[in-house]
Amino acid sequence: METKAFQKIYTKVDKITKATCSLFASDVGNEELAIVDGRLAQVVMIIGDKVTLQIFSGTEGIPNNAEVVFLGKAPTLKVSDDLAGRFFNAYGEPIDGGPQVEGKDIEIGSPSVNPVKREQPSKLIATGIAGIDLNNTIVTGQKIPFFADPDQPFNQVMAMVALRAQADKIILGGMGLTNDDYLYYKNAFDNAGALDRIISFVNTTENPPIERLLVPDMALTAAEYFAYEKNQKVLVLLTDMTLYCDALSIVSNRMDQIPSKDSMPGSLYSDLAKLYEKAVQFPSGGSITILAVTTLSGGDITHAIPDNTGYITEGQLFLRRDTDIGKVIVDPFRSLSRLKQLVIGKQTREDHPQVMNAAIRLYADAANAKTKLENGFDLTEYDERALKFAKDYSKNLLAIDINIDIELMLDTAWNLFTKYFQPAELGIKKDLVDKYWKNDSN
Amino acid sequence: MKTQGKVIGIIANLVMVEAYGPVSQNEICYIETGGTRLMAEVIKVVEGRAYVQVFESTRGLKLSSDVEFQGHMLEATLGPGMLSKNFDGLQNDLDKMTGIFLKRGEYTPALDDDVDWDFIPLAKVGDNVKGGDWIGEVKENWINHKIMIPFKLTDNFTITFIVGKGKYKITDTIAKLEDIQGNIIDITMQQKWPVKLPIRAYQDKIRPFKLLETGVRTIDTLNPIVEGGTGFIPGPFGCGKTVLQHAISRHAEADLIVIAACGERANEVVELFKEFPELDDPRTGRKLIERTTIVCNTSNMPVAAREASVYTAMTICEYYRSMGLKVLLLADSTSRWAQALREMSNRMEELPGPDAFPMDLPAIISNFYARAGFVILNNEQTGSITFIGTVSPAGGNLKEPVTESTKKAARAFYALSQNRSDSKRYPAIDPIDSYSKYLEYSEVHEYLAKNVSENWLELVYKAKDILLRGKEAYEQINILGDDGVPLEYHEKYWKSEIIDFVILQQDAFDEVDQSTPMQRQKYMLEKVLSITDMKFKFDSFEDVGLYFKRIINQFKQMNYSEYESENYKKYQNELENVLQERKID
Repeated sequence: METKAFQKIYTKVDKITKATCSLFASDVGNEELAIVDGRLAQVVMIIGDKVTLQIFSGTEGIPNNAEVVFLGKAPTLKVSDDLAGRFFNAYGEPIDGGPQVEGKDIEIGSPSVNPVKREQPSKLIATGIAGIDLNNTIVTGQKIPFFADPDQPFNQVMAMVALRAQADKIILGGMGLTNDDYLYYKNAFDNAGALDRIISFVNTTENPPIERLLVPDMALTAAEYFAYEKNQKVLVLLTDMTLYCDALSIVSNRMDQIPSKDSMPGSLYSDLAKLYEKAVQFPSGGSITILAVTTLSGGDITHAIPDNTGYITEGQLFLRRDTDIGKVIVDPFRSLSRLKQLVIGKQTREDHPQVMNAAIRLYADAANAKTKLENGFDLTEYDERALKFAKDYSKNLLAIDINIDIELMLDTAWNLFTKYFQPAELGIKKDLVDKYWKNDSN
Repeated sequence: MKTQGKVIGIIANLVMVEAYGPVSQNEICYIETGGTRLMAEVIKVVEGRAYVQVFESTRGLKLSSDVEFQGHMLEATLGPGMLSKNFDGLQNDLDKMTGIFLKRGEYTPALDDDVDWDFIPLAKVGDNVKGGDWIGEVKENWINHKIMIPFKLTDNFTITFIVGKGKYKITDTIAKLEDIQGNIIDITMQQKWPVKLPIRAYQDKIRPFKLLETGVRTIDTLNPIVEGGTGFIPGPFGCGKTVLQHAISRHAEADLIVIAACGERANEVVELFKEFPELDDPRTGRKLIERTTIVCNTSNMPVAAREASVYTAMTICEYYRSMGLKVLLLADSTSRWAQALREMSNRMEELPGPDAFPMDLPAIISNFYARAGFVILNNEQTGSITFIGTVSPAGGNLKEPVTESTKKAARAFYALSQNRSDSKRYPAIDPIDSYSKYLEYSEVHEYLAKNVSENWLELVYKAKDILLRGKEAYEQINILGDDGVPLEYHEKYWKSEIIDFVILQQDAFDEVDQSTPMQRQKYMLEKVLSITDMKFKFDSFEDVGLYFKRIINQFKQMNYSEYESENYKKYQNELENVLQERKID
């Protein structure tokens, strides 16, 4: 961020708080960038000729005679094909030791796609994980978060999904990532030989929290470039959105805004929607799909962050440790992909919807049987079978370390049905049973 | 002369303007920035300063930018050609916009001024008229679109000129009026109306009495909505609010439907855009889109325009109601609208009410719901707006301000339950928590007795009682265990399950089951209640569940078959056989 010649330099800062400073200045635009004592800042309020700036890296050590220079533009990112394979900080500056990226300077946080110009999402994204592909199929142009407790391996699952998803570009927006997790992602992508299609914008826990606010917009601006201008299938990974929201609440607090539920700003819904709604299927073939992580506290989904997220995203995925098999599974009950209806049984085999529902229903029967058992009631013979089925289902399909294609998932499910049940117990349409039921002979 | 002004402060999309002349509350103004004009609305005036909310992003806006006040409030343009259109919250025609991304400051006209309409006059020279009177009609899709005297003209006028039958554009003068002072006013086929004010060009608003069939059984049978009624659907995310609203929009027996997609997901609106031009309206055989107008402000579009979107949609409804039509307005979701109000109230540093919502939220909500209703027009014809809004309560907690305020305003309440949704019992409307105040209206009693059956209401209440008793029995069974309760508890529970599975649950994706006409609903309720009246013989509790599952299965097959078709009758017979097995006379 260099200053240009003939720019007016202000040297009198009127007020300094923990995250903002104010000064008297003229000809300043709203949301314009400025440099305060060498640090990047953005205009958040103009009252008369008093301008309030939010300083991304914090105000520690800023004197009231600091040099302030306005840059005359909102935050931008230089976009070009050279972004591929690179690692950047929240400002879009390289942190991998490589050169600056040259390209078109694009303002981040630009307007959204006209809804009538969107295409209906319709292309399946295969991940090899049955908890996703079979039960909660995701499609290009969808936005879906993992709701996970901090102790769950969400970063591993995200990396796995990203690598298997066959996207043209994977863009990682890391907010408050620990350095260890950052390195994990870097190594995972490197080991898979996928570095050339990965772009990362990372704010680690070592960086100031307010900087995080730029990360998703940077990632999505890069995504729009590849998806819209280059017609590519782009997958954006945003982790962890809870930390992003925490940064929002810090800023709103410093600006004396009245907090709403759970100390979050009243605009939380709009703030999150602005990001998530960047997920889109363009008519020209490119798409932006967003996978995010929202960490929960104690599994509480009524907290303002997961709650608002749930109303915006097209479903949510829950991870859970299944103690019967000692592995992590994608919870079939609480997870939901709202867009799966657009592809299952259409782009996948015809029996997909019915097999999915039947298996989940039987898994639910097993859960009821388990409760019965815990309450000391006797199990029926059906209950016993359901329990055995559930264990196999969990082990052979739901566990996230299984990597098979959807056809095989369906066949596996039919095998399990045949092993433990009678056709009449499935509630599947008769012609499908006739076609797919695994007789002993085959 | 329009009032001019200059920007003196900016906080996000709240802008303070010094006005060099008179300004009024809710007046529209344009702010000039870098060659584009941003539309804004005055929301507070303090001395010479106007606080305006800008309907777009204020990025790059500078101090001292020029502002021009327009002398009117936010107005909708009303006239033929609104059906099948996709508007944004400010009634810009989204299809006319250029480029794939929305552009700041791009405003497109709501109506097409190049279309020829076949005008047929309904009034003649010398007639006395006032605002809302019909003076002609054109065919808009298959609706007889009445051309009305502008609602703003509330005095009495005499028609001095009216064109004959022929083709005219919306901008052509089709009539001239003279007021008592002798002033002449030109009338075209389009008019403007400020969206925040209700259109009151009618004689009387009466208590609604006529059932509005939605085809959704748990609504029509158990908690009906009426023409001109108001209802709301609160529910946590993932409970099927949107699927339910879409089902209603497809099958409801209304002349036309306005859908306000307010702060919701863009992909859901895309679904409407893509599917409605394909789907048939079961009553007319035409495409659904022909009777639908979509006003959409998705969650990523500017917040202030979100607030305007519900008013724009309501104004369009009121316009069509004044033509004597049956209009249904669906808004998804009113919580997002309330949140938009909260954001602005917050920026203006107003003292907050509960959950930081503005103090007057309940008043704003009830005023809005009050714009629905069944009216008798000045020419004795009737028209109605039925309004169903969804509410997205934070954390699924129904004790939050938007749900509570809406509960006071809306007369029918359709509570979506997480439990029902988790067990895939769709639509997830809880039969016990939900209510329809219209069941208490004597006008509605009369209507149901006359049009459905004499004892209909009795049957409905009976079904509700059975559901409640079934729930109680279920709780007992859960506490005491299957064999810890008398057999009749199981029977009670399973009888309520028949009502649940057969009547309440409905497959929104099945061609036949997705919509049930009232006549069939009547048959179903009577049939089901005749079974819950029967006595059966059982040896053990295991028999009860298995037996009732078979009954339910026969009913389900019937639900999936065309009414009184061969298949239907086959399952009906099988049902009788199953019943004979254990029935005690």
